[in-house]
Amino acid sequence: MTDLVQFWLAHRQELATLAGQHVLLVAASIAIAAAIGVPLGVLAAHRPRLAAPLVAIANVVQTVPSLAMFGFLLPVPFLGGIGARAALVVLVLYALLPIVRSTIVGITGVDRSVREAGVAMGMTPRELLRQVELPLALPAIVAGIRVAAVVGVGSATIAAAIGAGGLGQYIYRGLSMVDTTVILAGAIPAALLALLVDGGLWWLERRLSPRGRRRSPRAALATAAAIVALLLAGGAAMTARSADTIVVASKNFTEQLILGELVAQAIERDTGLTVRRQLNLGGTLICDRALRTGDVDVYVEYTGTALTAIFHQPPSTDREAVTQTVRQLYADSGRTLLPPLGFDNTFAILVRGADARALGLKTIADAARVAPRWRAGFGYEFQERPDGYHGLAKTYGLAFREPPQAMDLSITYRALATGQVDLIAGDATAGLIGRLDLVQLEDNRHYFPPYDAVPVARAETLLRFPQVRTTLQRLAGRISAVDMRAMNDAVDGHRESPESVAQRFLDRRR
Amino acid sequence: MDGVDFRQVSFGHARERPILDGFSLTVEGGETVALVGASGAGKTTVLKLVNRLLLPDAGDVQVQGRSTRAWDPIRLRRAVGYVIQDVGLFPHLTVADNVAVVPRLEGWDAARVRARVGELLALIGLDAGGYEARWPDELSGGQRQRVGVARALAADPPVLLMDEPFGALDPITRRQLQGEFRRIQSRLRKTVLMVTHDMAEAIALADRIGVLDAGRLIWCGPAHDILRAEDPHVRQLVEAVTVVAPDGTGGARP
Repeated sequence: MTDLVQFWLAHRQELATLAGQHVLLVAASIAIAAAIGVPLGVLAAHRPRLAAPLVAIANVVQTVPSLAMFGFLLPVPFLGGIGARAALVVLVLYALLPIVRSTIVGITGVDRSVREAGVAMGMTPRELLRQVELPLALPAIVAGIRVAAVVGVGSATIAAAIGAGGLGQYIYRGLSMVDTTVILAGAIPAALLALLVDGGLWWLERRLSPRGRRRSPRAALATAAAIVALLLAGGAAMTARSADTIVVASKNFTEQLILGELVAQAIERDTGLTVRRQLNLGGTLICDRALRTGDVDVYVEYTGTALTAIFHQPPSTDREAVTQTVRQLYADSGRTLLPPLGFDNTFAILVRGADARALGLKTIADAARVAPRWRAGFGYEFQERPDGYHGLAKTYGLAFREPPQAMDLSITYRALATGQVDLIAGDATAGLIGRLDLVQLEDNRHYFPPYDAVPVARAETLLRFPQVRTTLQRLAGRISAVDMRAMNDAVDGHRESPESVAQRFLDRRR
Repeated sequence: MDGVDFRQVSFGHARERPILDGFSLTVEGGETVALVGASGAGKTTVLKLVNRLLLPDAGDVQVQGRSTRAWDPIRLRRAVGYVIQDVGLFPHLTVADNVAVVPRLEGWDAARVRARVGELLALIGLDAGGYEARWPDELSGGQRQRVGVARALAADPPVLLMDEPFGALDPITRRQLQGEFRRIQSRLRKTVLMVTHDMAEAIALADRIGVLDAGRLIWCGPAHDILRAEDPHVRQLVEAVTVVAPDGTGGARP
């Protein structure tokens, strides 16, 4: 608990920014969803044949898991990609169902005799809607908006996966660091926010009910609208990207966060340009797509990953050839491969130190002998990649007791250490390896291609800002595998922030 | 000129037994006609044909000498006041705002609306005691019913439809409101078509009574003549009213 408070105090500025982004995402998405959903609900309430299919569609949208939804949207032009816009689209889609449904319920729930009185008094359909149906349906509509907003606060944590910020960043960072405190640092404010939103809208709902609106019927609505408008205006100002901003991205594990910070700070120090960080993006393909579309200017990739996962080339173990091929393929699509940073983050096949010592395991081939008695756990990406599990199994004749378990990469280390699985594929530079007493088995048949860490940048950006190229070139060969493992451990093991670790590294090398 | 004229009106043809079948009735301007009959006799349908909530399948309904088919429905409804069976006050509006609905729809300016609301609340006896700022759920049944009448009269429509206007009230309140209605009607001389299942109420309030049975008008004549009617169906309805007070203000049912 004191850890948590200390963390918040140390990160209060960041916490405020993330909470602000979170509120903004939810407020904007709910405002948009209400602007679309209420008219849709009104339409459906008056055309019952439309209501059933509309609610059915909204229901189906609601059941798509949010991560999958982000995945679907990645390649969609304008709406998709990474960042706040795509997150907004997903959150709006989720918010639509409760709003549409509660609008239908609210309108169709208006007392028949009241509606008939309106018609008999000579109200046009428009007058009936504005003077009778909407005012009476308002509490129900606000109730739907309340449900949507509370759900939205939860869903918005997932937006961190595509770089939209918000409190989910702490949750993802905590997961990748296997650090409960950091997870809670994001989860608790998110939960509080949900309660706050719930309470606030409950108050509004009561004020709008026929009993509650005895005084100032419109004041409550106006207050709520003003708050939303203010939030939106503030957010729009915050997210506007100025022309002289360099966007640095990273994937969502510790090493990538450190490298992202390192590149970002190096650019800030050397060039004085404004750097915006899009760290913690949910995977290789998201980073690559963002670099392609120009949402991101630079991030650190690994040559082997680029070769197989991005460019779908057969794996190769020839370091020089891999780098050349990847450089050419990037150049063909408007990106520039910069010189390697100096370490090779190959996949590390890891087992518990105790097992390695007891069974005398040194190589992956050794492990293949005992594998039929073992269980394995792999990150989602490793299961799918061409240079991942399937090739590995073929090369070494690996077969496990049961099909390998798919889990988040960050969880595999803990799962191995606690005996839930017996073999995992981790990162060679993971700081956890030493701390959890894990042993890396040698790739004696040279299955894994080289994974040299290399900055990749948009060629256009380097042309506009040659000083960025100079900075990135200056990082060439400066980070050894030992450096990287130490920095990873500083973050994972000693709870230092990626910012301060990167800062210290740059200070030392000055 | 301000009358309502039903000419051979049929409605609900598609059903096995039509709701109205060759119904004819003329309500003269300034006259109060009460339609009586058992539930399901088609009474409410008759009213809804006047303000074009329904259109006849055959025959014609004329309001102020003009077929309801030819009327713009919005204009027609604003020229016809409607006191609805279960009142239908707007729960989200105060008493004053409820009464002001039609004048505001008609685009009256605020001062005129305020004056008219005051006038009507005085007419129905709710002018004192801050009733104009009350909400419908703060009123008694009788008060709600009066507001319903005031709302129907707000834009001074020449024709007034009343559907069981005092049906849901206790006998004492009902009698009191009936008395008030006669007082108001003697001043305003609206063309009133009301439906009720209460023969005593019909005798007390109407100039003429029509008896509706299975979609047909089986008897029609001056209110007091109904006591001498010979048609067995009419006699049945009349005999259900055991006591008719000699002053004609209506009586209690058994």
